[in-house]
Amino acid sequence: MMLRRRTDLPFERDQSTRFLPWIVALMVFLGALMFAGALVVSDTIDSWNSTLTGRMTVQVPHDVAGDAATGTLVTLLGATPGITGVRPVPASEARALLIPWLGEEVVDSGLPIPALIDVELAADARIDANLLATRLSQSVPGTTVDDHRAWLSALINLGRTVEILAFVILGLIAAAAIVAVIFTTRSGLAVHAAIIELLHQMGAHDTYIAGQFQFQAMMLTLRGGIAGAAAAALVLLVFAWVGQGIDAAFLPPVTLTITEWLALMIVPAGAVAIAMLTARLTVLRALARLP
Amino acid sequence: MLRFENVGMRYGIGPEILRDVSFSLAPGSFHFLTGSSGAGKTTLLKLMYLALRPTRGLVHLFDKDISVTPRDEMPALRRRIGVVFQDFRLIDHMTAVENVALPLRVNGGRHAEIDTHVRELLSWVGLGERLDARPSTLSGGQQQRIAIARAVINRPRLLLADEPTGNVDDHIAVRLMHLFEELNKAGTTIVIATHNHALVEEFGHPVLQLDDGELVVRHAGSPAAGST
Repeated sequence: MMLRRRTDLPFERDQSTRFLPWIVALMVFLGALMFAGALVVSDTIDSWNSTLTGRMTVQVPHDVAGDAATGTLVTLLGATPGITGVRPVPASEARALLIPWLGEEVVDSGLPIPALIDVELAADARIDANLLATRLSQSVPGTTVDDHRAWLSALINLGRTVEILAFVILGLIAAAAIVAVIFTTRSGLAVHAAIIELLHQMGAHDTYIAGQFQFQAMMLTLRGGIAGAAAAALVLLVFAWVGQGIDAAFLPPVTLTITEWLALMIVPAGAVAIAMLTARLTVLRALARLP
Repeated sequence: MLRFENVGMRYGIGPEILRDVSFSLAPGSFHFLTGSSGAGKTTLLKLMYLALRPTRGLVHLFDKDISVTPRDEMPALRRRIGVVFQDFRLIDHMTAVENVALPLRVNGGRHAEIDTHVRELLSWVGLGERLDARPSTLSGGQQQRIAIARAVINRPRLLLADEPTGNVDDHIAVRLMHLFEELNKAGTTIVIATHNHALVEEFGHPVLQLDDGELVVRHAGSPAAGST
């Protein structure tokens, strides 16, 4: 059943309201995409955080690598406070990591591949990678330590900045929507001034008149909000479908969880709530000038 | 019921439209308000139905000093006043029933109750056959009666009418006046602004006469201010 309520003001004759659903649809579309982008970035940062920040990689140069060197390093690492796990990476695994980047032919042409040892750190570990590398290279010369945290923290900072930027843009879109609703409501107040004056004279409370504008704003933004959210959902589904074919571990997956899809509904619902509140406050403020 | 004390009114920085207007209306009284065009009749009516606040002086309505009455109490006072506008101010997208029902809807009345009450009143003013007609399809006299029905539907204690007979012929004007007299007999205080001196003489009620922003109260039969 269509949501209908009898209003005293003939809003259907008000030309200025015709554009509001379109404006809201566009804003909800952009806002939903921006919000989804922020969610994807947030998911990616969380994923990086959980998989990489608690790890280091020890590299043993090809010319000194061997079971004896690996054994020495594993013993030294195992005895280091803050290290919870040490795993020598098998040569086949290291080879598999390089093939996507260099190709099978190059990797198998006698490339001097270093031996790798994967090190897992405790959550509260405070290990200086340079000091550790110096200590390890005293036993096995040329050993280096890759601390993922250094480059990852810069990447995470970039991700957080993108996330904040997305929410700032979302805020600007909301501000633009508020301005659009204010102008539409003011235009409505001018168009229906005679009837509003009549209702006021009959003893209508300001909230009675404001309620009619509020309901009208709800209907218009609901229409635009649903259209904008549906268009954004379609675009996100297309992105997710296209993204399925890309096999890149570091690229963020453009897919949302059920909870995130539900969270995305905040955008059209927020647009409706903001429009209703804006219309109400605009009318109440204007009517306060009447005696 | 209504008391004005040394009321003055000006719009912005313009000249005073009303000067030192003082009068009082007893409950159940019937007055005509006369004066030439531009004398301030409409402004005085607007002050009476609380569409304006005076720039000076005191207005007491229903035992309340309007100048100190909080704004949120004004709607309750306005609901006790019925107004018939010179240009009717009927809402053209509403039917006769809906127009008359508007004050009751504003007042939060129940739909079924409103409907019965409105239909009875429209029948009483002779429009029982045109309940669902839009104002644009009705004659001037019929629109006038809808405007009157709308003004009295809330059983106001004060009824103000601005030139209610201005757009109708003499025969209908007399019929409308009888309608006002019936409402007055039921206890409603009535003020009718009019240019129609014949009507004023015929019905013989006291007259509030505005002359260049100043008010003179005279009784029926006494000569108009400035007349010989």
